[in-house]
Amino acid sequence: MARSWSELLGDEGDAEPEAERRRFFGRLRSSLGRTRSVIRLPIGRFDPRSDESWEELEEALISADVGMAATDALVERLRKRRDVDDLGQALVEETEALLGEPATLAVQERPSVILVVGVNGTGKTTTIGKLAHRLSRHGRSVLIAAADTFRAAADEQLEIWAERAGADFVGSTKGSDPAAVAFDGVAAAQSRGRDVVLVDTAGRLHTQTNLMDELRKIRRVIEGRLEGAPHETLLVLDATTGQNGLQQARLFQEAVGVTGVVLTKLDGSAKGGIVLPVAVELGLPVKLVGVGEALEDLQPFDPADFARALVGADGEPDAE
Amino acid sequence: MFDALGDKLQSILGGLRSRGKLDEETISKAMREIRLALLEADVNLDVVKQLTAAVKERALGAEVTKSLTPGQEVVKIVHEELTRIMGSADSRLAFTGRPPTVILLAGLQGSGKTTAAAKLALMLRKDKKSPALVAADLQRPAAISQLEQLGKQIQIPVYSSERNDPVAAAKLGLEQARSQGRDVVIVDTAGRLQIDDELMHELEEVHKVVKPHNVLLVLDSMTGQQAVDVALAFQDRVAFDGVVLTKLDGDARGGAALSVRAATGKPIKFASVGEKLDQLEVFHPDRMASRILGMGDVLTLIEKAEAAATEDEQADMEARMMAGEMNFDDFLVSYRMMQRMGSMKSLISMLPGVGKELKDVDVDEQQMKRVEAIILSMTPRERKLPHVIDGSRRQRIANGSGTTVQQVNQLLTARKQMQKMMKQFSKGKMPALPGMSGKR
Repeated sequence: MARSWSELLGDEGDAEPEAERRRFFGRLRSSLGRTRSVIRLPIGRFDPRSDESWEELEEALISADVGMAATDALVERLRKRRDVDDLGQALVEETEALLGEPATLAVQERPSVILVVGVNGTGKTTTIGKLAHRLSRHGRSVLIAAADTFRAAADEQLEIWAERAGADFVGSTKGSDPAAVAFDGVAAAQSRGRDVVLVDTAGRLHTQTNLMDELRKIRRVIEGRLEGAPHETLLVLDATTGQNGLQQARLFQEAVGVTGVVLTKLDGSAKGGIVLPVAVELGLPVKLVGVGEALEDLQPFDPADFARALVGADGEPDAE
Repeated sequence: MFDALGDKLQSILGGLRSRGKLDEETISKAMREIRLALLEADVNLDVVKQLTAAVKERALGAEVTKSLTPGQEVVKIVHEELTRIMGSADSRLAFTGRPPTVILLAGLQGSGKTTAAAKLALMLRKDKKSPALVAADLQRPAAISQLEQLGKQIQIPVYSSERNDPVAAAKLGLEQARSQGRDVVIVDTAGRLQIDDELMHELEEVHKVVKPHNVLLVLDSMTGQQAVDVALAFQDRVAFDGVVLTKLDGDARGGAALSVRAATGKPIKFASVGEKLDQLEVFHPDRMASRILGMGDVLTLIEKAEAAATEDEQADMEARMMAGEMNFDDFLVSYRMMQRMGSMKSLISMLPGVGKELKDVDVDEQQMKRVEAIILSMTPRERKLPHVIDGSRRQRIANGSGTTVQQVNQLLTARKQMQKMMKQFSKGKMPALPGMSGKR
């Protein structure tokens, strides 16, 4: 139950204790409580021969932010199965299949560069702080580069996180070139022999051409400094976002080649279904998920767990 | 905004339009598609069902008038029902007979309250009011200075105090604004989560003290399904009168607009459509419905153009245009007029029929800035008499504007072409713009 950090980072052994994994699954399950209740409604009275039943299922999935294309894909897979008598179980299996294999984080190179991008207010800086903390605990020396040179307080916020995680910090002055900060960060990590560089960037609407160009430049400069970098480009996606999340993922992917998604703010009222279209239509794996404010609420994403928490067919009582 | 939904309905109903007869099967099929399109646009499921049921019932009834094809009739019905759910009238602010009128803004963190406050103030000043801003957001340290900076930018006074009690700060700010004779006071509050009881209580206290004539909920248009939960929770505490929908300049489909209206009964009053401070619009439900259906929003466009051009400029320009002249002074005036109207992209999206074709056209606003820089690097004589611009002048202009001679040449050619067009227009060859006339 629940994917461990060691598995995500591709390390041998020292997985989290069973109790912690259980705790996390509980959090995930209660976070998806509302979404699950919407999806479970049609499952209880499902009749595979009734068009109305199928339609009800479609509606439930769409209103859980799963979106049209991913819903079609799911329903098609279900229709192909002979055994939809237990629709809940079938739905769990197909959802898991759509989400793909559990992902790993490419942190084997030294240094490995992780570029973090997303629209405004999705939680990029906090995610980096928490990720730095985890990486340190798993034996990586970390350097954080604050390439969000737009928002004045972002720098300070990140420096506090770096201190807490025992990570090096490469800061900037407000208004300076973010690509230069990214360059300095990678260069410093190379000369100091650090394992992982986390590059924070300013939030930007994916429709703002100029700012997306700026992001391309940051990526180019990192590539130029270190061959094969960035090894990961993570898109931070707010779970309260509806179908626009897919468009965000699409445009960020086009601009800087996103390798994975971090789903944040899955805090109880969010739907979370947006990860399905992102996985189905763009083939982007979710790598991390944040279910709350606490440090340990950022966790590796486990497709099997997510599928079970979303559909609730595992026989466990609801947290609510 | 709403582009995708508009496209969807257009493609579904395009088939209906060309059919002579409407049977139940066709209607059901269309309704199913409409329902799914709306759901995909993040519209609340109950609202979608309500809408499609109403449309279906009316479409099956004997309402088909002789002047319309049955397909057109369905389009009309969908349009009317969309309009009905979004509110059937323009939603204006309430102004008191004994000023100042107080407007309270509330919403989640990061929804865009502070920016909306400044935009609203600017809009009110254009309406000949004398607004003031009051900063009651003491949670976020930078919020006050953000509001002060915005206030400075648009030259509207901001009243703030360094107290740590937002209720007292709001009260004091209001008193200051009143004593300065401001007739509208906009109170910006801290962002809060609808389930944070303590902060929601504080909001109630601020509400009690400033006794607002208008309470506006500021809502991020990308929120999706959760928008309804948020709106209901805020309605419970401060009974807001209307909604300011923000960040519609992204490509969010904005189903939230429909959902919130239906769930709370409160109208969307304003829509924020860009980062610039003048990019706040009055929300017109009927026009928005037209837009969803791909009928464009020519009315909004015309209104904007009228507000952007001062009368003198307009008369001047018209006279020269009639004479078939177009020098760089005119170029600059019309260019700045366009800037005032908003981003090119938002303008283009409002034209009927072009939504689909030009959806992928990326208007380069950077390029437009370059044009301005080039013109500003010309001498007054060069602007008035473009033919004097020779090779060495071109080089000087390019140096002065940080561009290349090639880019200067491009602009010179563009002006010539425009002048040619103007000449044709003035000879009465003005092409008829579809949809520009005869509407209303």
